[in-house]
Amino acid sequence: MNTEGVDKSKRQFLTSALTVVGAVGTGYLAVPFLAQMQPSVKAMAAGAPVEVDISKMESGQLIRVAWRGKPVWILNRTPEVLETLKTLGPQLRDPLSKESIQPIESANPERSIKPEIFVAVGLCTHLGCSPTFRPEIAPPDLGDNWKGGFFCPCHGSWFDLAGRVYSGVPAPTNLEIPPYRYVTDTQLIIGEDLQQEKGA
Amino acid sequence: MKPSRLTLCGNWILERFPLTNLWNEHMAHYYAPKNFNFWYFFGSLALLVLVNQFLTGILLTMNYKPDAKLAFDSVEYIMRDVNWGWLVRYMHSTGASAFFIVVYLHMFRGLLYGSFKHPRELIWIFGMLLFVALMAEAFMGYLLPWGQMSYWGAQVIISLFSAIPVVGDELSLWVRGDYVVSDATLNRFFAFHVIAVPLVLVLLVFLHIVALHEVGSNNPDGLDLKKIKQTGRRKSDEEEEEKILRGNNPDLKIMDSIPFHPYYTVKDLVGVAVFLLFFATVIFFMPEMGGYFLEHANFIPADPMKTPEHIAPVWYFTPFYAILRAIPDKFAGVIGMGGAIVVLFLLPWLDRSKVRSIRYRGGIYKKALLLFVISFLALGYLGTQPATPTATTFARIFTVIYFGFFLLMPLYTRWEKSKPLPKHLTYQPSLEERLPALIDTFHEVTILTPIQQQDGTVVNKRRPNARGILNVITRLAIKLKKSLD
Repeated sequence: MNTEGVDKSKRQFLTSALTVVGAVGTGYLAVPFLAQMQPSVKAMAAGAPVEVDISKMESGQLIRVAWRGKPVWILNRTPEVLETLKTLGPQLRDPLSKESIQPIESANPERSIKPEIFVAVGLCTHLGCSPTFRPEIAPPDLGDNWKGGFFCPCHGSWFDLAGRVYSGVPAPTNLEIPPYRYVTDTQLIIGEDLQQEKGA
Repeated sequence: MKPSRLTLCGNWILERFPLTNLWNEHMAHYYAPKNFNFWYFFGSLALLVLVNQFLTGILLTMNYKPDAKLAFDSVEYIMRDVNWGWLVRYMHSTGASAFFIVVYLHMFRGLLYGSFKHPRELIWIFGMLLFVALMAEAFMGYLLPWGQMSYWGAQVIISLFSAIPVVGDELSLWVRGDYVVSDATLNRFFAFHVIAVPLVLVLLVFLHIVALHEVGSNNPDGLDLKKIKQTGRRKSDEEEEEKILRGNNPDLKIMDSIPFHPYYTVKDLVGVAVFLLFFATVIFFMPEMGGYFLEHANFIPADPMKTPEHIAPVWYFTPFYAILRAIPDKFAGVIGMGGAIVVLFLLPWLDRSKVRSIRYRGGIYKKALLLFVISFLALGYLGTQPATPTATTFARIFTVIYFGFFLLMPLYTRWEKSKPLPKHLTYQPSLEERLPALIDTFHEVTILTPIQQQDGTVVNKRRPNARGILNVITRLAIKLKKSLD
């Protein structure tokens, strides 16, 4: 029988030790529970590259393909459009694409490998809507400042035909350019860049 | 006399479970102020809608398929081929909108009568958590039909997380479970919608009511009934007071109060009947409510390649959505939208007025509340409209008013001159007592005019009286203006 009374400091130590061990255990359990909600292996593998034949594209035409479940645009830009793009600089938030996502070979004013063929992920960098292709100049609903571009119907962001964002709209950066390369002059692979080709 | 088998059976339970105590504590001996008015219907109605959502939701899960390939078709299957499936689905979709109508009115009651003020801060906090959980529940439920608006609405709202610096992109990826909204997202939203969030809702409703019954209901006069008791005719010691408040002593009442059951259970039944009348009308005659309850674009299956021309959330999110759109910066917009909800949480500490009810507050709060209501409704309207430059300018003005109402509240409520509080709850005239005045008004706005019938007889018929109507409107306007002082 205990005749010495209660050793409170021993109890305190045991309580603290149990709390710490319990917390660590809960932490370990939280890892698989939370990681369960990450994209699965299957979802990550689904990002296979997509081949696109652009030999039949007319000047000014836009086609959409699906890559990793996202819309990807391929636009054949006319020479006039390329001329207009050069004049837009002052109205843009990031004309030189310094804060935007693109492969190194597209980090130029036209934001493409070949100036006339523009490839971009068709999702607004604001909240992920797919902007509408509005190539016409100064339509009544968008006003006289519209020089042709992509208009996001969700929150009214403006992009030019190089996917560069105008200033004063909600979208923070230019449209994302996916990695892509030319297999032949008229054959594109989206999802693979030059580095990956060399590495493979 | 020998006790009957039923009594014995009842006793057997009561010896093991405090059923009578529970019933008394929360119903038969829960004393509520006697002057509850129209605004006090919406708490019990919210509970009714919650039950409706549970029952119809359980039935819907029996035929719904949470699979990106099957979801849209399974909803159409419920609508066309499942017996009474259309009714259950419309009860559920209309119930979602009804839930928000009822909850917004319930919250507005809090703003009117200061129900969030001391000592009911925690009731308000639990209520706000309920509101947030309800928004999550509604948002996730809206993805399930897998229509165009479901898809792109989810895409936009999940992208909101990506605006958070550093962890944002990882977080939105984790929420979606894929690089875009996809089958994985649909499946997990189904899990959250049918089990996780409903459990949280039930728990919060329990906490909301327990907290309410601990401190007692507020009333349209915002009076402290406990205080009335202390200064009233009959004095009682602290302990007795506690007993009364907890309703454990059936012989003593709180001054100016009546037991919740049967008085308010019966009164709430009248509210339920009127509510169901409106609810059934919507379900049977206008389940889409002109595109506000079920949006037109959602009758097109989700297409990840193409955003609808005009996307807008369901009406109950539009005030917050308008705030998001009004701010021309991604992160600041998300902060503004979140902030619009966070300020509501802070309300008990922003309001420095000494009185609770709007009846005894100074004019400045009344005007501020009126402005707030106007800006909330206007933002709600603007959120449904396309983002034209004019609309954005207006949305910015109303956003400033919305935040002004809350953030300037510590100043203007401190300055306000409140009116003296009455000693007792004010008397609410019943409908019967109002009848003579209503009949007088009717006589004032109509006039008896002799009208020649086709067969030559002259019959006196009531016709609207322009001058009378003008008089009534003028009186109302004057009364409204006075009531704002």
